[in-house]
Amino acid sequence: MSTVDELPPAARARETRGRADWPELPRHPARRARAGWLAPRREISPAARWTLRALSLLVPLAVWVALSTSGRVDPTFLPTPAATWDAWWEMARSGELWTDTAASVRRVLLGFGLALLISVPLGFAMGTWRWALAALEPIIGLVRYWPAGAFIPLLIIWLGLGESSKLAVLVIGVVFFNTLMVAEAVRRVPQRLLEASMTLGATPGVLVRKVIFPYALPGIIDAARVNSAAAWNLVVIAELFAATSGLGYRIVRSGRFLQTDRIFAVLIVIGVIGILMDVGLRLLRDRIGRWTP
Amino acid sequence: MSAGLELAGVGKTFPGGARVLEGIDLSVAPGEFVCVAGASGSGKSTLLNLVAGLLEPTGGTVTWDGRPVTGPGPDRGLVCQTGELFPWRTVAANVAFGLELLRISRAERARRVRWYLEEVGLTAYADALPGSLSGGQRQRVAIARALACEPHVLLLDEPFGALDVQTKEDMQIFLRQVWRDTGTTVVMVTHDVEEAVFLAGRVVVLASDPGRVAADLPVDLPAERDLAVRRTPEFLALRTEVEDLVRLHHTAHTARRPG
Ligand SMILES: Nc1ncnc2c1ncn2[C@@H]1O[C@H](COP(=O)(O)OP(=O)(O)OP(=O)(O)O)[C@@H](O)[C@H]1O
Ligand SMILES: [Mg+2]
Repeated sequence: MSTVDELPPAARARETRGRADWPELPRHPARRARAGWLAPRREISPAARWTLRALSLLVPLAVWVALSTSGRVDPTFLPTPAATWDAWWEMARSGELWTDTAASVRRVLLGFGLALLISVPLGFAMGTWRWALAALEPIIGLVRYWPAGAFIPLLIIWLGLGESSKLAVLVIGVVFFNTLMVAEAVRRVPQRLLEASMTLGATPGVLVRKVIFPYALPGIIDAARVNSAAAWNLVVIAELFAATSGLGYRIVRSGRFLQTDRIFAVLIVIGVIGILMDVGLRLLRDRIGRWTP
Repeated sequence: MSAGLELAGVGKTFPGGARVLEGIDLSVAPGEFVCVAGASGSGKSTLLNLVAGLLEPTGGTVTWDGRPVTGPGPDRGLVCQTGELFPWRTVAANVAFGLELLRISRAERARRVRWYLEEVGLTAYADALPGSLSGGQRQRVAIARALACEPHVLLLDEPFGALDVQTKEDMQIFLRQVWRDTGTTVVMVTHDVEEAVFLAGRVVVLASDPGRVAADLPVDLPAERDLAVRRTPEFLALRTEVEDLVRLHHTAHTARRPG
């Protein structure tokens, strides 16, 4: 028996195929299948999940409480939670909180609704027809880099100090991003599905109504959900200028009188409304997009 | 002017200059079951897309009963390898899609959907969403959906290519049965020679580069076929013949590659 025959098969193959001088490949140490909390996408227990979710809110709250009650920070800079609650209660009782909230919510509904009315058809067309994509993508791709806030002085010159300039800020800030995101959602409709539909007798109109729209709808709602957060931010920014109502206006006014406790209270209200809006759209999306994987 | 599908001198060159098909002459009589076999890249899918009307030939004509094919339509139902279904529609609603586009009553539509679901053995899954089906079940839905429009010809592009061997056998027997029950014409593309010989009444072999008809062989096997047919000498002889043809035209195509 020659020495070559005594080697294990893999080593023997190496000897005979001119790879004799290759060093042994280092081996990984044995591992557990999905070890450690750094393993990507690893499931965590429901208890851990809910604990972390609670801590996510409670830790910042605790830091706030600790800092503000320590006596080392000027209460004008950082009001205590109790002072913030009192300020909230004061504004709620006088009714100004409700009129401000109603004014802001109304602007978001109108402005965001208008932005959707423009961007959904535009984006849908861009995702459906190559000619629409070619005609619109360059200009929208450019314009979306202009910050909506920078338009405020211009819009006040053009539209005055009334409602329309505030709505316009909102629309400008949302419409371009939403158009591109809707176009992307529509472009995800598989070509093969369109072809199969055509061999079942679908005309272009049928494709749009019965194939492209239902397929893209969950993606369109996702886009709206992301951009509703932007709309909510923008309305507050728009109200920082020359408004007489709204949560943004309330912040500016409180700032003028150094009422940081009021500013904090309004910020919390803005956050709560934002979360409610997000949860609502998420529920809608999950209902309509039940079929998505 | 002959009845059925007629391809006369059909060629397809893609805009980039790729000459994929050239001089394809092929006629398929109504009610025939024809399998097109050929190596990967020989232009089988392209051929089927031309018949479906999803592509336009750059040469020659494609006609059905003498009328030129000008675009896709429900008279030529196409089922592809992935069996694209409408994921938001239930199985029954998928099958109903083509019928919804026609002027027929709701009751008539429901009756037909029920019949085709029964035919493909998916009555129990009528209300299921495609996402919860197995690969074989999805293909059955895709086939039922195409058949519900009562096409002149059912075009199948490697419909069982992604299935495991057992499911594939079931589906082959199922497809023969559906063909006999509905009397529809079937043109099926496959690279599985055994499948082609088992299913078809005629096997067309495509040569590559550019794709053209290399052979057109009748399958003289009994109409009543079960899996045992595959062990008969006649079947094996034909299968070997077709396999050799496919290999021959494939090796001719890849000859310049070092072995
Ligand atoms: N749209 C296209 N533009 C350019 N070339 C294409 C196009 N579609 C297909 N081809 C080319 O045509 C040739 C045949 O493609 P086709 O998909 O018809 O092959 P096939 O026989 O179906 O192969 P497979 O068995 O792998 O599915 C390939 O070389 C492919 O690259
Ligand atoms: Mg193919």
